[in-house]
Amino acid sequence: MIKEEQQWTIEAKSSLFDLKLHEVWAYRDLLVLLVRRDFVSFYKQTILGPLWFFIQPLFTTIIFTFIFGNLAGISTDGLPKPLFYMAGITAWNYFADCLTKTSSVFRDNAGIFGKVYFPRLIMPLSIVVSNLVRFGVQMLLFLILLAYYYFSGANFNISWAICLFPVIVILMALLGLGAGMIISAMTTKYRDLAFLISFGVQLLMYATTVIYPLSEAIKKYPEYAWIIKYNPMTPIIETFRYGFLGEGSFSWFSLGYATIVTIVLLLIGTVVFNKVERNFVDTV
Amino acid sequence: MSKNIAIKVENLSKAYQLGQIGTGTISRDLERWYARIRGKEDPFLRIGESNNQNTKSESDVVWSLKDINFEIEQGDAVGIIGRNGAGKSTLLKILSKVTAPTTGKISGKGRIASLLEVGTGFHPELSGRENIFLNGAILGMRKKEIQRKLDEIVDFAGIERYLDTPVKRYSSGMYVRLAFAVAAHLESEMLIVDEVLAVGDAEFQKKCLGKMGEVSKGEGRTVLFVSHNMDAVLNLCKSGIVLKDGLLDFLGGATSSVRHYQSHNLNTICNWKSTRKLTNPHFSFLKCSISGKQPELTLTIDFKTNSTSKHPNAFAVFGIKGSLGGTIMEAIPELQPYIKFEGQETSYRCEIKLNRFIPGPYSIYAWLGVSESENCDWLDDVLHFEIFDAPMDNRTFPYAARTGFQVAESKLTSMIPHD
Repeated sequence: MIKEEQQWTIEAKSSLFDLKLHEVWAYRDLLVLLVRRDFVSFYKQTILGPLWFFIQPLFTTIIFTFIFGNLAGISTDGLPKPLFYMAGITAWNYFADCLTKTSSVFRDNAGIFGKVYFPRLIMPLSIVVSNLVRFGVQMLLFLILLAYYYFSGANFNISWAICLFPVIVILMALLGLGAGMIISAMTTKYRDLAFLISFGVQLLMYATTVIYPLSEAIKKYPEYAWIIKYNPMTPIIETFRYGFLGEGSFSWFSLGYATIVTIVLLLIGTVVFNKVERNFVDTV
Repeated sequence: MSKNIAIKVENLSKAYQLGQIGTGTISRDLERWYARIRGKEDPFLRIGESNNQNTKSESDVVWSLKDINFEIEQGDAVGIIGRNGAGKSTLLKILSKVTAPTTGKISGKGRIASLLEVGTGFHPELSGRENIFLNGAILGMRKKEIQRKLDEIVDFAGIERYLDTPVKRYSSGMYVRLAFAVAAHLESEMLIVDEVLAVGDAEFQKKCLGKMGEVSKGEGRTVLFVSHNMDAVLNLCKSGIVLKDGLLDFLGGATSSVRHYQSHNLNTICNWKSTRKLTNPHFSFLKCSISGKQPELTLTIDFKTNSTSKHPNAFAVFGIKGSLGGTIMEAIPELQPYIKFEGQETSYRCEIKLNRFIPGPYSIYAWLGVSESENCDWLDDVLHFEIFDAPMDNRTFPYAARTGFQVAESKLTSMIPHD
């Protein structure tokens, strides 16, 4: 009946770098089912169903267009305002969702984690993939808007950097995952960070080029622009805009920098997450 | 590791921190870390304390499990018994990898299906079918494996009609049946079950026990079973582990384990230490213990009285209250010797015979006075004891507080008419 007789040991101390990735692979079906659960349970007993995924970015875009575009008159590099904002919002939302949901993964799942074992990494991974579905739906909305402006002859052109789109998505996902796991590991014992995260993400949005182009920030505040420049999300969003809209500050150097930050955060995050996971049930 | 050993536990210990976690822990964490880099042992983990929940200890770290060693053979069904807080659930949690041990090592082979709770990960909005897959995957099954077992699971749970209804519409019985069915059909080498049978109706409980018996006897899988239901343990298990205050108290066959547990757990010893404003004269120390076996239990109360001044002769009365709060009986010891107050602490012992009490918690009040109308000291609910034994041998009749706390001794004779 049983094919493999795997041997295992449970010890008080485990190696810091034993990430149990083979176990994650063995539980890949669970990942798929969790993503399905998140998607299905999101719109059960709603009338509009998955349409709700559209509503939030749509309204945010409208409000941003009015407030930042018209009222405050912040430049959009000559791009149509709704298109400019929606590009930023779509990308930012995905990163922010990954970050906030991952950062509370221990608290949200304390019930399950306390009763049954499965590789804990599955949970944050499922969050990232679940949000990918949502991101896909919002991308669709963005593409519809893009097509509308394209056929009405607006002033933008799609550049070759659109080929970097998959890379950007992966970078956003992993950056949110890595940072989220670090925060989640720190919040199991000390809840303070949990309060910080919800408004911290808001603040971080203003330090990223979501509502203004990087070029504008450098022009107006040359001495503080480094904060925005060294925010790893900035090159990602700038590349995203450059690819789809043809405007934005793209450089291989800054994208490379974002990639390195992502990899470092992801590694630290995974190690810390695995360390905390072993005992978090006792302290959460 | 020899071939037949399914699981081997060596020097397993688990420490928990008492009290609030969060406030003040950062300084302790720093202290701990400082001790570690100097190569010293953890200042907050003191060795050699057992987990007796009634006594207060200096340290606020408690050893929920301490130096546990045992081996379980392949295909064995093991009952883990012990009072509340003895460490049973902690042991199961460590075995099912939910939390890591503080020290020690466990080695084993094969997959473990643990059922610490039924329906973990069930999502109320999803249908029964979707939840079978989700729950199965959480327990470690592959999708095709669940697909293959789907009919069997649905059949066992008896929910065919409701398969595509969200589980939030299920009755609690159906919910539990479905959850147990998923876990019981997981192809694992070891099944860990923690008192899930406390839920569900009698018929389903029987079905679960049957399934677990089938799993261990028929399929040769190892079963670890925690229960307070001694009959279930005797029925299902071949061997037993008795835990007491986090220590391994007894290891052996199921019958001898149950017997050991029942005979040793009558002795609920409680100490009471006075922290109140003292009347004069007053009780200064109280302690009780139980000895013997039903139906001849003896409750022994050791106590001390004290008074700062001379006083007339007094006497003490002890009353026993049941779980419903009312007094069941009162023990009024003979007058001689009187309790004398001569300005010093005096020790006394009172032995009370108890006849056939039903299992459950009881509390004791103590009264000290000179006459019926002249109270010196009165302490309500001052000592507690619990009876685990059934009042009669070989009878596991469900005793309930509403039918009385004491069982009358009775005898039935058949009256055959003479020719």
